[in-house]
Amino acid sequence: MDSAIEARTLVKTYKGGVRALDGVSLSAASGTVFGLLGPNGAGKSTIVKILTTLSRPDSGEAWVAGINVVRDPGKVRRVIGVVAQNSGLDVNATGRENLILQGRLYGMRGPAMRRRADELLERLGVADAANRIVRTYSGGMKRKLDVAVGLMQKPKVLFLDEPTTGLDPEARVDMWAEVSRLAGQEGLTILLTTHYLEEADHLAQRLAIVDKGRVVAEGTPDELKGELRGDTITMLLEERSLDGLVHRILKNMPSVREVAVEDKTVRARADVGASALPIMLAALEAEGVRVASVTVSRPSLDDVYLRYAGRAFSEADQELKK
Amino acid sequence: MTKVIVHSLYMTQRNLMNLLRQPAWIFISLVQPVVWLLLYGQLFRRIVEIPGFGAGSYIDFLTPGVVVMTALFSAGWSGMSIMDDIRRGVVDRFLVAPTNRGSVIWGRLIEFSLTAVVQSTIIIVLGFIIGAQFPGGFPGLLVLVVAAILLGVGIGALSNAIAILSRREETMVAASNFVLLPLTFLSSVFMSQALMPDWMQAIARYNPVNWAVVSGREALTANPDWGVVWPRMLALVGFVMLCGWLAVRAFRMYQRSI
Repeated sequence: MDSAIEARTLVKTYKGGVRALDGVSLSAASGTVFGLLGPNGAGKSTIVKILTTLSRPDSGEAWVAGINVVRDPGKVRRVIGVVAQNSGLDVNATGRENLILQGRLYGMRGPAMRRRADELLERLGVADAANRIVRTYSGGMKRKLDVAVGLMQKPKVLFLDEPTTGLDPEARVDMWAEVSRLAGQEGLTILLTTHYLEEADHLAQRLAIVDKGRVVAEGTPDELKGELRGDTITMLLEERSLDGLVHRILKNMPSVREVAVEDKTVRARADVGASALPIMLAALEAEGVRVASVTVSRPSLDDVYLRYAGRAFSEADQELKK
Repeated sequence: MTKVIVHSLYMTQRNLMNLLRQPAWIFISLVQPVVWLLLYGQLFRRIVEIPGFGAGSYIDFLTPGVVVMTALFSAGWSGMSIMDDIRRGVVDRFLVAPTNRGSVIWGRLIEFSLTAVVQSTIIIVLGFIIGAQFPGGFPGLLVLVVAAILLGVGIGALSNAIAILSRREETMVAASNFVLLPLTFLSSVFMSQALMPDWMQAIARYNPVNWAVVSGREALTANPDWGVVWPRMLALVGFVMLCGWLAVRAFRMYQRSI
C-alpha cells in the first residue's frame, strides 16, 4: 500500500445526534499534498481528529503511514505531526520552550533536540522571537510556530487543519510558500484542510471536496475542473427573479446547461460562452429581465463545488455560520 | 512506568513556568495570606478571651488556619487553567502526541503539592515574624504542611474535574464561590470548634478543610494528641485518592467526547 493516508467509510455521530461524517473514504499517496476542501462544518476537522487518533470513528477504518488509527493509536502518534485549527500553543511559554516540550514528549533530548528546535525556528522565520512569550506574537508568527511545533519530531505525515484561516493576506502567502517548500521534502505527506478554494487549487495535488459529512468529489484540481465542459457564465440581475422565471427561460436553451439562480446571481455553463451569451441576453430581455453585469470564465473549483454540492461554496459557508 | 513519571514532571515544569509568568497570580497569592494574617489577626485578636476558646494567642491559632485556607483557595481556582488549556487546544496537542495520558492530570497534582509547600512556608515564616509560636516544632510544622498539600491536591483535583466536565467559566466561578467560603467557615480556620453551634460542629466533622486545620494545629501544640492527628490525616489521604480518581475519570470522559 503506497498511500500514506487511507480512510474507508468513516462514520462519526456526536452526542445530540449530529452526524459529522457519513461514510467518508479517501486515499492520499505518499509524498503528496492532499487537500480536503469544504465549507465550515462540512466534517473536515472531524476527519482530521479521527486520523490523528484524537477521536474514534463509530464505524469504518483508517490507516496513517500503514498503521491502523483505531487499533494502534500509539504508533500513529509517533509518525504524525498536527497543526490543529485551534493552535494549541502554550501562550505563556516562549517559542523555543514550546518546541522543546514538544520534542521531549516524543522522547527527544539533549543537543540534538536543541539543534532541531533552532533549525525550525530559523527555517520558519521566527528565530528572532524564539525567546519571546508566544502571547506577544502576531497571528502569522503564531501560525508559523504552530507549523514548527508540528514538524519538531520529523513526522512522516503532517496534518494542517485550516492553516491560513484568520491570517492576513500577506501571512497567507507566506504560509502557502512554506507549505509548498515542505511538500515532498523527505517523503513528507501533507493533509491540508481548507475552506479557501484558491488555497486547495494552489497547494494540493489531489483533493476531496467534502460537504455535509460526505466526500462529494475527489481528484486532481485539473481533473475536477476538467469534468466541467465549457465556460462558466455568471450574471448579476438588477432585481431578484420572480417565480423561477429566469431559470425557466435559460433552461430551455440548447446551448446552456446547469443553470442555477440564487437571489440576484445566475450561474450557467455553455460550451462556448462567447456565442451563447448574446442569445441568453436577448431571451432574458424579451421577458423583461434586466441584467446588471455578466462575466464569462473558465471553470474554477467554485464551479466544481457548485456542481457536486448543489450550491455555491460561499452560500454553504454562510449557511453553516448561522 | 518511567514514561508516566518523566512526562508528569515535564507537565509540572510547564505548569509552574506558566504560573510564574503571571505576575498577578504571584502577587495575589502572596498578598492574600498576608492580608488575612494581619487583618483577621488584628480583628479577632481578643476572640481568645472568650471562655472555652482553648488557645492562648490568636495569631498562634490563626497561622495554621491561614496555611490551610491558602492551600484551599489556590487549589480551588486551579481548574481555570486546565479549562484554558482545553479551550486553546493545548490539551489536544498533548493528546495527538505520544504523551502519557495520565501525566496531564498528574502534572497538575504535582504542581499543586509544590505550590502548597511554597505558600505554606511563606505563611509560616510570616506568622513567625508577627509573633506566632509553634511549640510543636519541626514535626508539627511538617504535619501542617503535609496536611496543606493533601488538601490542596484533593481540592485541586476536584476543581480540575469540574473544569474538565463543565468547560464553562461561569460554572467554575459559581462552584468555587459556592464551595470554598462555606468550607472555610464550616471549619475551625478562624473560630475554635468548641465555640461553634452544634450543627456546624457536626458538619465540620466531615469537612476536609477542618481535618487539615485540626490535625495541623494539634501537631503544633507542645504535647500533641496523635490520636487526633492520624485519623484525620488518613481521611485526607482518602479524600485525595477519591478526588484524584474523579479527575482522571473526568479526563477520560473528555477524551471520549472529542
